[in-house]
Amino acid sequence: MIELTALTKRYGGFTAVDAIDLTVPTGELFGFLGPNGAGKTTTLRMIAGILQPTAGTVRIAGIDLAADPIAAKAKLGFIPDRPFIYEKLTGAEFLRFVAGLYDQSGEVVERRMTELLALFDLLEWKDELVESYSHGMRQKLIISSAFLHRPEVIVVDEPMVGLDPKAAKVLKDLFREYTRRGHTIMMSTHTLEVAQSLCDRVGIIQHGRIRACGTMPELRAHAAAGEEGLEEIFLRLTGDNAARAVVEVLDA
Amino acid sequence: MPESSSAEVGMRNAGTAPSYPARQGTPTPRESLALVEPMPEVSLLHLLWPKWLTARVRARGGERGRAARIALLGVTGALFWTFVLVVVFRLLLYFRGVPDIGPLLAGKLLGLIFVSFFAILLLSNIITALSSFFVARDLDLLVSAPVDWLRLYGAKLLETAVHSSWMVVLMAVPIFVAYGVAYEGGLLFPLVAIATFVPFLVIPAVVGSAVTLLLVRIFPARRTRDILSVIAVLAAGGLVLLFRMVRPEQLARPEGFRSLVDFIAVLKTPTSPLLPSEWVQRAVMSSLLGVPDALPYYLLWSTAAAFVVLGALVHRSLYTAGFTKAQESSERWARGTLLKRIGNAVLAPFGIVRRELLMKETRVFFRDTTQWSQLILLGVLVIVYVFNIKFLPLRGEGITFFLVNVIPFLNLVLAGFVLASIAARFIFPGVSLEGRTMWLLKSSPLRMRELLWSKFWIGTLPLLVLALGIVFVTNVLLQVSPFMMYVSLFSITLLTFALAGLALALGTVFPQFETENAAQIPTSFGGLVYMMSAVALIGAVVVLEARPVYGYVTARAFGGDASIVEMVLGFGLAAVLCIGILIGSIAIAVRRLEAVER
Repeated sequence: MIELTALTKRYGGFTAVDAIDLTVPTGELFGFLGPNGAGKTTTLRMIAGILQPTAGTVRIAGIDLAADPIAAKAKLGFIPDRPFIYEKLTGAEFLRFVAGLYDQSGEVVERRMTELLALFDLLEWKDELVESYSHGMRQKLIISSAFLHRPEVIVVDEPMVGLDPKAAKVLKDLFREYTRRGHTIMMSTHTLEVAQSLCDRVGIIQHGRIRACGTMPELRAHAAAGEEGLEEIFLRLTGDNAARAVVEVLDA
Repeated sequence: MPESSSAEVGMRNAGTAPSYPARQGTPTPRESLALVEPMPEVSLLHLLWPKWLTARVRARGGERGRAARIALLGVTGALFWTFVLVVVFRLLLYFRGVPDIGPLLAGKLLGLIFVSFFAILLLSNIITALSSFFVARDLDLLVSAPVDWLRLYGAKLLETAVHSSWMVVLMAVPIFVAYGVAYEGGLLFPLVAIATFVPFLVIPAVVGSAVTLLLVRIFPARRTRDILSVIAVLAAGGLVLLFRMVRPEQLARPEGFRSLVDFIAVLKTPTSPLLPSEWVQRAVMSSLLGVPDALPYYLLWSTAAAFVVLGALVHRSLYTAGFTKAQESSERWARGTLLKRIGNAVLAPFGIVRRELLMKETRVFFRDTTQWSQLILLGVLVIVYVFNIKFLPLRGEGITFFLVNVIPFLNLVLAGFVLASIAARFIFPGVSLEGRTMWLLKSSPLRMRELLWSKFWIGTLPLLVLALGIVFVTNVLLQVSPFMMYVSLFSITLLTFALAGLALALGTVFPQFETENAAQIPTSFGGLVYMMSAVALIGAVVVLEARPVYGYVTARAFGGDASIVEMVLGFGLAAVLCIGILIGSIAIAVRRLEAVER
C-alpha cells in the first residue's frame, strides 16, 4: 500500500508537486498520467526516497518513509525511466549486487535471478558487461532487479520505453499477476492504451496537482466524456490543443 | 522534386536565413538549385555556447551551503597562493643576492617549473582529448549536425585546453607574480607573462589531441585500457627522460663541479632547448633582466600557430574514421568467478551488504580502465621516488648528523604528498562515480554510512600498504635510526587514514556526478581544494611533530635526554588531529550524501 499525504516538492519558487493526497491500496495497479513536466517523475522519486519532500508524508506498506527510511525502502522496488546502471558489471553481477543491497544472497537469489533473466530473454547475456547492452536490455535488467527481492510495492517510471513488443507483453502480464498476488504497483506512463487496459485506477496529474483519479467509468463521469477512451479524457482534462498546434506549426 | 527541396530549405533556414520572395508557379530544377543557398556556417562561438552556459549555471548554482563552500575555497586558495608566492619570492630574493649566478639560478628554476608544467599539460591533454573528442555526450549531436570539421576541431581543442590547463594556470599565477615582484618587472610584466603563457598552453593541447587521435586510430576509444596503458608507458618514459635531462642533483652540489666556471657553464646550458618551457624561461628572464629578446616569443607563437594548423590537418584526415572506431566496441565478457569465490570467502564475516559493496567496488575499479591504468603511472612515480632517495648524496662534505636525521622527516612529507595525490586519483572520485546510479542506492535500504565506509576501506587499505612500504624501504635506504623509523611509520599511518577520509569527504562535498571520465575528476575544482587541504594537513602534522623530533635529534647529537612531555604532546596532538579529521570527514560526507537528490 502507498499513502501520500499533502506531498509537496518545491524547487525555489517553483512547485513541482503541490500537496498531493493519494492512496494506492494493496493489490492495486495504479496508473499515473500527465503531460511532460506535470510532476509524475518527481512524485515517484519522492516515493522511492530519492528526493526529499518539501512537505507531506509518504508511507510504504504502512511505514513512514521519513521516520524509518530503511524499513520502508526494504518493502519497495523502484524502476526509473532512465536505465543508468554500473557499466562495468555483468548482468548477473548487477543483480547479485542489488540483492545484496536488500541483504539477500545465496541459492534463492541465484534461482530467482535465473528465472527473471529467462523471462526477459537475458539469460544468455548474463555474463556480459552491461556496457554492451542495448537500451531495452538495460531496462529489462533493471525491471528484473526490482522484482528480485519480491517487494510489497513497486514504483515504475515509464516502464515500456525501449522495450520490444514481446518484453512489453511479458511486463504487462508480470504486473497483472504481481498485483493479483497482493502486491502494489504504481506506474507512470505516456502510453494511454497501456494505462487503460492494465490499470485498476488512473490518476491524472497536471501542474503538480491531481486533476482526476479513479477507475475508467469514474474518469469518464468526471470529464463528462460519455463513452470516450482514456486519450480523449486525458486531452480534455489537461486542456490540450495538440491538434490545432500541429497545424499551426506546419503552416508556420 | 523542386517543391519539396525548396520547402525543406525554407524550413531549415527559418529564422536564420533571409526569407525568399513569394513566387508564382513551380520553379524549374535550375531555379530551385539557385534557391538552395549554402547553409550559414555555424560559428566556433556557437559551438562553445552550451559549455559557456553550463559553466555559468554552475557558477550561479544556488544549492545549500554554496556560500560556505566558496568561502572555504577562497580561503584555502588564498593560503595556497600566498604560500607558493612567499616561497618562490624568498628564493628569488636569495638568488638576487648571489652575484653572477643569481639570475642564472632564477632562470634555471623557472625552466624546471615550466618543464614540469609542460609534462603535466601534455599528459592531461592526452587524457582529456580522449573524452572531449571521442566519448563526450554532445558528440552525437555535433557530428550529425552540419558543422564544419574545422570548427568542430577548434571547439573541441579549446574545450580540451581549458579542461586540462586551468589548474596549471592557477599554479602559474603566484609564480609569475613572485618573479615580477622580485625582479621589478614593472607594469608591462603581466603582458609578458600572458604573451608567453598562452602559446605555451596551446602547444601541449594540440600535441595531446593529436596523440590521442593517433592512438584512437590504433585502438577503439572505448577500449581505453590499451590506449591509457600506452599513454602511461609514454608518460613514464617521458618522466624519467625529463628528470635525467634537468639533472637537478648537479645543481644541488656545486662542490661536485671542478670549478665555478663549470658550474656556471651548466647553469647557462639550456636544460631542454627544444621545449617551449625553455622559450618561456628565456622570454621571461630576458624581460626581467632588461635585455629584451624577441626570439623566444617568435618561437612560442610560430610553433603554436604551426601546431594548430598541423593538428587541424591531422584532424581532417583522421578524425572521421577515428570517431567511427570509437563508437564500436565495448568489452563484452567478464570473468569474475575467482573474485566471486575469494570475495565470498574472505568477506563473509562482514555481512551481505558490505560484501557486495566491496566486491562491486573492486570489480568496477579494475574494469574501469581510466581508473586502474593510472596505477602504472603511480608505480613509475614510486620507483622514481625510491631511486632518487637511493642516490641521495648523504655522505661527504657538509652532510651533518642533523641533516641525516632531518632528511627522513622530509621523506615523510614527500611520501605524504605522494599519498595525497594517490588518494586524489582513487578515493576522491568514489562518490562522483556513483552519480548515475544514485537512484539505485538511494531507493534501496542502504545506509549511506555503509556506502562511504566501504569506499573508505577499499581505498585506504591498499594505500596504507603502499604508504608503509614506501616509508619503510626509503628509510632503510636512508639508514635512519630506529626512532625515526617508528616516528615515520606512526605518522604515515595516521596521515593515510586522515588523507583518505579527507579525500572521501571533499569528493562528496564537491561531486562531479555528470563526469564522462574518471581521470578528470581529480582535476576538478574540488580536487584542487582537496590537494590544498591535504598539503595543509601534512604541514600541520609535520609542524606538530617537528619539535619532539628536533628535541630527540639534538639530544642524540649533543647528549642529554629528550623531553617526554614534548614527545607525548607533539605526537599526541598529531594523532588527535588525524583521527579528528577522519571522523569529522566521514560525518560530513554522510550528511552531504544523505542530502543528495538525484
